[in-house]
Amino acid sequence: MLSRTADNLFWLARYMERAENMARILEAGYRLAAMGIDVGAGDTEWHSTIVAAGCETGFYRKHRAATAAAAIDYLARDPDNPSSILSCIQTARRNGRAVRTALSADMWDAVNGSWLQARNFTIEDFAPDTVRRILDWVKERSLLFTGCVGSTMLRNDAYWFTRLGTFLERADSTARILDVKYNVLLPTYEAVGGALDYVQWTAVLRAVSAGRGYHWIYRREVKPWLVAELLILKPEMPRSLAACFIEITRTLDLLAGAYGRPGEADRIAGQIHARLRYTRIDDIFQQGLHEFLTEFIDDNVRLGREVSKQYLT
Amino acid sequence: MAAAFDEMGSGGVVRAPYRTIAEWLAATPPDVFTHKRREAEILFRRIGITFAVYGEGGDPERLIPFDIVPRALGAAEWNFLARGLEQRVRALNAFIHDVYNEREILRAGKVPEALVLRNESFLPAMQGFTVPGKVYTHIAGIDVVRVSENDFYVLEDNCRTPSGVSYMLEGREVMMRLFPDLFARHRVQPVSRYPEALLETLLSVAPPACKGEPTAVLLTPGPYNSAYYEHSFLADEMGIELVEGPDLFVDEDIVYMRTTQGPKRVDVIYRRIDDAFLDPRTFLPDSVLGVPGLMSAYRKGTVTLANAAGAGIADDKAVYIHVPEMVRFYLGEEPILKNVPTWSCSGEGDRAHVLAHLEELVVKDVHGSGGYGMLVGPHASRAERETFAEKIKASPDRYIAQPTLALSTCPTFVEQGVAPRHVDLRPFVLVGREKVTIVPGGLTRVALRDGSLVVNSSQGGGTKDTWVLEG
Repeated sequence: MLSRTADNLFWLARYMERAENMARILEAGYRLAAMGIDVGAGDTEWHSTIVAAGCETGFYRKHRAATAAAAIDYLARDPDNPSSILSCIQTARRNGRAVRTALSADMWDAVNGSWLQARNFTIEDFAPDTVRRILDWVKERSLLFTGCVGSTMLRNDAYWFTRLGTFLERADSTARILDVKYNVLLPTYEAVGGALDYVQWTAVLRAVSAGRGYHWIYRREVKPWLVAELLILKPEMPRSLAACFIEITRTLDLLAGAYGRPGEADRIAGQIHARLRYTRIDDIFQQGLHEFLTEFIDDNVRLGREVSKQYLT
Repeated sequence: MAAAFDEMGSGGVVRAPYRTIAEWLAATPPDVFTHKRREAEILFRRIGITFAVYGEGGDPERLIPFDIVPRALGAAEWNFLARGLEQRVRALNAFIHDVYNEREILRAGKVPEALVLRNESFLPAMQGFTVPGKVYTHIAGIDVVRVSENDFYVLEDNCRTPSGVSYMLEGREVMMRLFPDLFARHRVQPVSRYPEALLETLLSVAPPACKGEPTAVLLTPGPYNSAYYEHSFLADEMGIELVEGPDLFVDEDIVYMRTTQGPKRVDVIYRRIDDAFLDPRTFLPDSVLGVPGLMSAYRKGTVTLANAAGAGIADDKAVYIHVPEMVRFYLGEEPILKNVPTWSCSGEGDRAHVLAHLEELVVKDVHGSGGYGMLVGPHASRAERETFAEKIKASPDRYIAQPTLALSTCPTFVEQGVAPRHVDLRPFVLVGREKVTIVPGGLTRVALRDGSLVVNSSQGGGTKDTWVLEG
């Protein structure tokens, strides 16, 4: 297939996934903020949400303080933010439109339909007390899209590049959502492991739809190291880093098999995958959760670059 | 201007192809039409059949209004039309080959030499080599109008990169979804074969050097082009790659596309970009839409362009006058389809006639398209006519004039209900190495404004599904 087509598919999937994850990050921010205001912690939750979304630089160029309204507007609506939900949908649609021939009709419907609906949103729809409807809508649209990919695409290279985009983006996002917690400062009088700490970890779980999963797997109260284990190392948790890398390495293997030319991307992916498979959660906490996640995010970015070099240009 | 011929019939007489449609129109309450039209619009939006207009403000992706009342042609009238179209397109191809090679028609004095050789559309780079099968216009869109039961006129030949075929195909799809019962009561000849026939046509003109199954691609200027939807639709239907200039490169006079598995050789390019942008080394040096070195590969015969570069010499509005002569000259036959009588303002006698009869004539800029830069005499004000007369006097070579034809009308669903509106027809003629294929139907454009004769979508025109009934 055309390198450009593969590139467009890859980014189409990444941006649809990013729109969904941005909604999830915002949801986590909401829950954290709802706790924080009670104890007078001010706007640090929204600051941490912006950091977790990777939008710190752009945000503070436009806004002085991380108020709820400013943060939500910047992450969900602002066309100047290339990662805002609306920008993601627009970019996804632009990539999709450029490769309509490679999309199934249902995929196109999912992408184009999202864009058409998104065009009708007004600025009021993004106000702090109404934006939740949009967040739910975005998740729904993205799930529809991945559903269409899974059930209507031929299992060939077009499908593989699309899946690569989804899982690379998802791994990045799960790592970031987990890191939100690191960035939220507990008020000094709150103990680690205290009531507020507990609520915050629960918010993280819910943001990745893992609340139920947690209880099924651990059958006990929410413990920070178990939440981290679930989202980093557990292959049965569909948004965990380990689960994403099972998909990524499998997909890269299929591509290498079909094209007969593995390269640097395969090596890096294998390395990350091995680390996720054989590391224990204790080791991660020993190293520092934040440090581990930062390193992971950097490696993941490097992998994206190599995939691009190997196949997409 | 005489009263227009109505294709459904007039004076209480319903013409045969419209019998069932007339009953259906009479039996269907208007609010059903309103509802169905809205449904059609939603379908078009959802499929994404838009045409892009950038730089005018407003919504950049627009819908061409679609009228839900089909236009019907009987088998006999269609067969007549198809014979005429095939004849005309054969002559046009022979003409293009001739002017880039032997120039017999010029030497015989049948077409003025200066009109061809000094024409902007004449590409010197095309001289002295033969394209596969001597086919230059592989896909021709011939605009036809009807003025009576038996009189069809060709209004214009489009030999370069005619568009609109996706409206023919998707319009049919939408109609079949909206009105299955109406289709059940007719035997409408299908149009869905078009993409297959197009692919067959393209592969038939692969370069002789090509061994094995040829690789065809569709070359588009990209998503910002107004016809991009059509490009992607056709590529998809044919199962070929939709490429942009940067996806292709030329190495030692061979064209390749960049793929995830490395370079892949390309044999036939169905190009939907204009001549001037094809190759920055030959034409516009700053064009990024084309492929550097493409013309050299083309001349070496390693790749086929469809339509051929330089095919536009045959659809120039001033060359148009001579098409009936081409039919006689190359085929030794009498033209089946008529030309609209045309005055060329470059000749003194013709010009005087045109200036004296502006209120009856349609005057067109020979380089204009899309309904821009034309004067419809009977509908223009005195001041507009006077301004136009000055333009003609200032650059007479740029203008031709034709009588204002009473284009036929078809029943159309408009604000006031179902009413007659003027239509034209663009059938698509496919010319391969061995044969000519015309899918029964075409793009019917309809002037939605009462009394308007301008069917262009940029000027308030819409489209209709065009039915050719089984005999």
